[in-house]
Parts: sequence; C-alpha cells; structure tokens
Amino acid sequence: MRVPFIYIIRNLVARRLTTALTAGGMALVVYVFATVLMLSAGLKATLIATGQDDNVLVIRRGSQTEVQSGIDRMQAGVVESLPDILVGQDGLPLVSKEPVVLINLPKRGSGKPSNVVIRGVTPRGLTLRPQVHIIEGRMFRPGTAEVVAGASIATGFRGAALGETLRFASRDWTVVGVFDAARTGFASEIWGDAEQMMQAFRRVGFSALIFKLTESDRFDAVKQTIESDPRLTLEAKRETRFYADQSEALSTFINYLGTTISVIFSIGAIIGAMITMYASVASRTAEIGTLRALGFSRGSILTAFLGESLLLGLLGGVIGLTGAAFMQALSISTTNFQTFAEIAFRFVLTPGIVAAALLFALAMGFVGGFLPAARAARLKIVDALRAA
Amino acid sequence: MYFLRLVVKNALRHKLRTTLTIVGIVVAISAFGLLRTVIDAWYAGANASSSARLVTRNAVSLVFSLPLTYAQRIRQMPGVTAVSWANWFGGVYVSERNFFPQFAIDAPTYLEIYPEFLLSAEERKAFLTDRQGAIVGRKLALQYGWKTGDQIPLRGTIFPGTWTFNLRGIYDGATKTTAESQMFFHWAYLNESVKKRLPRRGDQIGVLIEQLKDPDQAAAVSQAIDSTFRNSLAETLTETENAFQLGFVSMSEAILLAIQAVSFVVIVIIMAVMANTMAMTARERGSEYATLKALGFGGGFVALLIFGESLLIAAIGGVAGIALTFPLANAFREALGTFFPIFYVSDETVGLQLGAALVVGVVAAIFPAWRASRLPVVEGLRAIA
Repeated sequence: MRVPFIYIIRNLVARRLTTALTAGGMALVVYVFATVLMLSAGLKATLIATGQDDNVLVIRRGSQTEVQSGIDRMQAGVVESLPDILVGQDGLPLVSKEPVVLINLPKRGSGKPSNVVIRGVTPRGLTLRPQVHIIEGRMFRPGTAEVVAGASIATGFRGAALGETLRFASRDWTVVGVFDAARTGFASEIWGDAEQMMQAFRRVGFSALIFKLTESDRFDAVKQTIESDPRLTLEAKRETRFYADQSEALSTFINYLGTTISVIFSIGAIIGAMITMYASVASRTAEIGTLRALGFSRGSILTAFLGESLLLGLLGGVIGLTGAAFMQALSISTTNFQTFAEIAFRFVLTPGIVAAALLFALAMGFVGGFLPAARAARLKIVDALRAA
Repeated sequence: MYFLRLVVKNALRHKLRTTLTIVGIVVAISAFGLLRTVIDAWYAGANASSSARLVTRNAVSLVFSLPLTYAQRIRQMPGVTAVSWANWFGGVYVSERNFFPQFAIDAPTYLEIYPEFLLSAEERKAFLTDRQGAIVGRKLALQYGWKTGDQIPLRGTIFPGTWTFNLRGIYDGATKTTAESQMFFHWAYLNESVKKRLPRRGDQIGVLIEQLKDPDQAAAVSQAIDSTFRNSLAETLTETENAFQLGFVSMSEAILLAIQAVSFVVIVIIMAVMANTMAMTARERGSEYATLKALGFGGGFVALLIFGESLLIAAIGGVAGIALTFPLANAFREALGTFFPIFYVSDETVGLQLGAALVVGVVAAIFPAWRASRLPVVEGLRAIA
C-alpha cells in the first residue's frame, strides 16, 4: 500500500517557511550550476558556428592563433595554386589572404581597454563567410580607410559604432557599416580592406589563408600536401576545428570552476535538505507510528519521505532553472586567454542542460533525504506511537 | 554566566542538527575564502608592482613591437634612472598544458630594476656570462624538477622553431607577492637568432621598463616619453607598472565579476540553511519561551537567547571554515601549478570570512527572535511543535 501523493505535498505546504528556505537554497545552487553550463555551451556554440566545415584555414606551423601566425607572399602563392581549391564565379580560386592583428580599444562603459581583432578581408573572404551580412550602413569600399564593425564591437567599444572613427596605425578609419555574424566569433571583430591593413600595419606577410575545398572530404589530402611541402612551414586545419580549439582553454576553465563551485555549494544545500527532513521526521514521529499501525509498510514510509525530499529538490530545480533561463537575454564579453582577444557570447540553454540541472537537483534531494527517510522507516510502531 | 550556559545547552540539544549546520557553514565559509583568494590571485601581479617603474608599449597593442633605439632615447630623458626591456616569448614546454610566462630580457639592466628576484652571486654571474643561459623561479623549478645545469627546450609560437636554454640559476622572490613561476633568458640570444632567420623582425622589443628617480614624476615622465614618439612609426603608450598589470586583469573582468557574485551566493545559500535551522528551533521551543516569559523574563531576553545560539553556531562554523581555508588553498595551489603564480590567503579574506559568518548568524536569528519575543504567553504555552 502506498502513501498518497497528496499527503506528501501537504506536508511540504504545512511547513511553508522551512520548505521555502530549503528549496530556495537548492534553487540558488541549481541556478549557479545551470548558468555555468550555459556559459560554456554558449562559448562553444559561438566558436563552432564561426567556422564552415569545407573551409580550410592555414597558419604558420606552431603558431596556434591567427595573430601569432605569419605567411609570406611566396608561401601564399604556393597554397593558392593547389588543385583542390574551389574556383569562384570570377574564375579565380576562392582563397582569402588575410592580415589579422589586435588593437587596444577602450570599452564604451568603463573606458577600460581590451584587445579587439582587426581583420583585413578581400571580396573573396566575404564569399567564404556567407553568415556575415551588413545590418546597418554599407560594406567598406576597397582601397579606402573604411572599416565595418561586428555587432558586439559596435555596441561594446568606443568609436566603433556607425559613423564614428577609430584611430590606429597612424590613420583615422571611418566605421561605415555594422555587420551581423549570426552569433559567431566574427561579431567580435572589425573588418577592413586587406591591402590597406597590410600597408597601415607595415606587414609584408599575411596572417592566415582561408580557402574553400572543392569537396569537403579532400581535406586530408590537402593537409598532407601542405604539411609535407618543404617550401611551406604551414599547417592546415578545418575552419570548424580551428575555432573549436580556440575555445578549449576558456571553456575548460569555466567548466572546472563551475563544477567545483556547484559541488561545494551542493554540499550546503544537501545539508539544508537533511536538516529539514530530519526535523520533519522528528516532529511527525507519532504520525509515522499511526501510519505504520494503519498498515503502511516500512517501504512505503521510506518512499513517502524520499518522495518529499525529491519533491523539495525538484521545486528548487525548477525555480533555479527558471532564473537561469532569464540569463539567456544577456551576453557576456571577455578576453579569450588563447587568442588574447575580446570575444562576446551568450548564455545558451540546451535540453541537455535542463536535464542535467534537474537531475542534479533531484540528486541533492535524494542524498539529503535518504538518511532521514531511513530513520523514519526504522521507527518501531510502539515507540513511535508513544512519542506523542 | 547562566545565560551563556543556557545558550550552549540549547545549541547542543539537537546534536545532529547543530553538527549539520556547522558543517554547512564550514563548507560555505571555506568556499567563500577560496573564491576570494582566487580573485586576489588575479590581482596579485598588479599588487606586487612598484610605483617607481613605468612600462612603455606600442600604442596599437602588445602584439606590435618597438624598435630597440627607443631604449637609448628614453635613457637620456630627465627623471629616468634606468631602462630595460623584455619580450614575451610565448614558448611551449613539452605540451600546451604546461603554461608559464617566459620573457627574453636585457639581463644586466632588468635584474637591477627588479631587485625582488633574488639570485646568489654565483648564479647571477653564471647566467650573465652564458648567452644561452636562463633563470627560473623556485616554484617553477620545483614543479618540473629542474636543477641548475639542466637544458630546457621550448617550442616557439611567436618565434618559430625549438629553442634550448641552459638553466643557470633559480631565483627566490623577495616577498610572497613576487611571482616565482617565470622564466627569463637573454634577449640578445633571441635577437641574434631572429636576425639570422627573419631580418625584418630583428632589433625589436616588446615592452620597455623605466626606473624613475621619483615616483611622483610618473605622470610627467610618461607624457614626455609618449610625446617624443608621437607620429612616429611606432607610437608608444606609457603607464605605471600597476596600471599596465591592471590592464590585463580588466580583460577578464567579466569572469572576475562572476566569481565575485558567486562568492556571495554561497553566503546567501548558507544563510537560508542557517535561517531554516533557527526557524525550526524556535518553533519547537515555543512553549519553553512562553514558560520563560511567564516566569518574568522579558521578550528581549528570549530574543537574546536565540541570537546567542545562532551566533554561537555561526562563530564555531566560521572559525573552523577559516582554519580549513588554508590547507584547501594549499591543495588548490598544488593542483593548479603555475596557473596562478601567487596564491595565498590574505588577512583581508580572513576578515571578510569572519564578517560573513557573523552576518549569517545575525540574519538567521532575526525572524525567529522577533517572532518569539512577540509571542503571547498563552499561545506559546498552548503550542505544540
């Protein structure tokens, strides 16, 4: 015979303050747990979406990031003439040779400087990244000191909004457009004409080469060709892989920190649940005795109390998740340790995170409720009835 | 005196509940301390900086270098007593996981400007005379088991190729805020090899460090330096060492703010747990409090009893939590290796922990104390838990 579910719920309602405090503690833990997972998921989503699977990115061997890399024109010429590169509508291979540098810009709110990626692109570079389109103003004209800014940069940094000017490399650059990059890492970059950038920054070489493959599965062959050519000291990566690698350190850091904090916090919340459940058992000793006398088995008493504790956990989990869901409206902008450049990303709530957070909340309820429930189930009928 | 005994006896009545609450507070207070220490570690570089040093870098960003000739120009400026320079090397030791900062320095001048890196006279001489020599901090040497005379290979990310250095000395920090996880080697050696392979990148330096005669002149001297190089190919930005270091910290500000927020959340969580304990305790003892009142004790006395009990539990938990923070921070430092060069629990953190524990104790007792003090005697006597 099972203890009715309504009995469990009404027990929680009867002790409103205690229930609210316990569930509130758990809700905060679940909130922290979920936001951290959302942050790390958001970072991954941003950087993975930045790449296209059939695009290949070439940088100098061992340089890890585009900014540290350098490719001279001779090497670029060799890569450009590879047979597996898709030919564009103008009959030329779809290769973009790009200088990428960092500049220091003050943030709009605090005025504190941070590093922003400046990328010199060519018309072909735009073809290679169909996810980028202008939302305000227009594209820069090649051969001029005009730039376009990613949406996150335009709102986040001084002088980067439409119509404003930025000063770097001894020149003034006018922002003539703002582009949306569909939540990719490009939204945290400023783009200008590649040749203009090369001259302004006095570069003789490019930072990275990006090209499109004729067929996606030719990648291994192309990689082999590039990396075994003695004239080239370069390495090739799929664009998707390249950007995923760049998010690794930051996302691992967020994950480690978040998991450690969640585990420590959950100890506090579990203790809270335990105290509540022990008190619940102690104050209802006579009631438990009555239930047993009525014929409810030890098993059903155990289930009833565990159910109460799980319900507490679930309540906390749902409240915490609801709070965390509101975080999706926010985006966060920070420096990626690996590239040393600013990156903006959002909190992303995935079904996996919802499941993980609810499971976590139920686990807290279970661990916190098990010992008190076992004590309730072990009570002897006679002793329990006498307790009143 | 009997008041204190009553408080202690009350606290010990539900041993299990009190123990659980104390454990909760211990966990929360030590977690709070650990998080504050992580934040402190971030700011450690800035706190350890000297106000008598300026750092000059390329105005565009740190990615761009400055020509070596700037060092000579700056050395002649009034108010500057010494000039040195350094390049960030960004090498990888065996695998990417082993991150530690490496700088190519102009050793004779650098060691003079940074007296906090303590080297024995022999080690110093050995380092200065070996072109391929390097020195590392004590902590770094311990982590990788390096001894003087070892060869350390680094794979360059900014400067291509594999570079091998001879370890000539292990330095100690003058204070515990000195970073002991850095590696220094000769800029001249780096420059020589770079010139051979990439002549265009020769004679370039990352940052210039100036020693000032008088720290009060910092603003005037940095302005003088920057205006000297205005409109040149490499415009400069000069700031105090402290501001330079804080620039790095502010880049991860979003993460720091999150950690800071979370460190307060843990206190709020434990406040909820503690408030729950006190609420239950007070509710169960409704009839006792009523009896006390019937005997002539005032509502204030009852409230004081509850506050006393709450503060006692919070204080025990707080002190134990602070005591636990130190071994925890040590373990954390071991686990993270050189990620945070400086990692120790500051006095300020201990103070904050103590304050947090007391606040938790007081806040948890407010509502139950208020309720118990106002409870009419008749109702209290009738109440059953």
